[in-house]
Amino acid sequence: MDTTTSLFGIHAAALGLREARLDVLASNLANTDTPGYKARDIDFAQALTDATNAANAPNVKKESTADGKTSVTISTEQDPATAALRYRIPLQPSLDGNTVDSDFEHAAFARASLEYKASLQFIDTRAKTLLTAITGQ
Amino acid sequence: MAAQTVRLNTVASNLANTDSVTGDPNTAYRARETVFSAVVDQTNPGLAGVNAGQITESTLPPLKHFEPGNPVADAQGYVYAPNIDPVAQMVNMISSARAYQADVEVINTAKELALSTLNLGK
Repeated sequence: MDTTTSLFGIHAAALGLREARLDVLASNLANTDTPGYKARDIDFAQALTDATNAANAPNVKKESTADGKTSVTISTEQDPATAALRYRIPLQPSLDGNTVDSDFEHAAFARASLEYKASLQFIDTRAKTLLTAITGQ
Repeated sequence: MAAQTVRLNTVASNLANTDSVTGDPNTAYRARETVFSAVVDQTNPGLAGVNAGQITESTLPPLKHFEPGNPVADAQGYVYAPNIDPVAQMVNMISSARAYQADVEVINTAKELALSTLNLGK
C-alpha cells in the first residue's frame, strides 16, 4: 500500500479516476458534431474497484523459485480508467452515426465536476486534520 | 473550439457570398461545408479531440437568373448565383455557436477544478 493510499484512503484513487472521467466527458462534448463518433464513459464503480485492488497488489511481484532464485513478474494490466471505458447506449440514434447526446453529456459533466470537488474536499479535510494532529494546535 | 471556429468561418463566408453573382457557371461560388473528424489521443486511447480537417464544396449547380442589365451577365443575359440555403446556414451557425459555448464552459470548469486542486491544503 503506498503512502497516498494510507493517508487519504479511497479518495486518492477516486480523485485520479474522477479526473480521467472528466477528460472522457470533455472528449464527448468536443465531438458533439463529429459524424460517426461514439460517446464513451467510465464505469466508475468498476474503475474504483480495479484501482483499489491495484493499490493493494502492486504490479511488480517477487517470487522465490524452488532453486533459490527470485523471479520478478511485472503485470502489464491497463490502467483502471482505460479498462473501465464503455460506449454509451444512445437514447435516440442519429443519422450521421454520432451517439453524443449533448444535454446528457452536459448534465454528466456538471455532476462529474461536483463529484471531483467533493473528492477534493475529502482530501483537503483529511490533510487539515493531519496537520492539526502534527502541530497539536 | 478551433474546429468550431473554422465551421463558423465557413458559414460566415457562405452567408456573405449569397449574392455574389458571376457570368460563368463554372466560377460561381459554391457553399463550403466543414467536415469534423475525431482525433484519438496517442497517449490515452480513451480520449479524442476534434479536427476540422476537411472542407467540402457543395455540388449543387449554381442558380441561373435572367438579368440582362447586370454588368457581369453572359452573352445570353444570364447571371449565376451560388446555390446557398440561408436558412440551413443559419441553423448551422446557431449549432456551431452553441457547441463553441459548450467548449468554453468545459474549459472554464477544468480551470476552476485545477485551481481548487492547486489550493489543496491551504
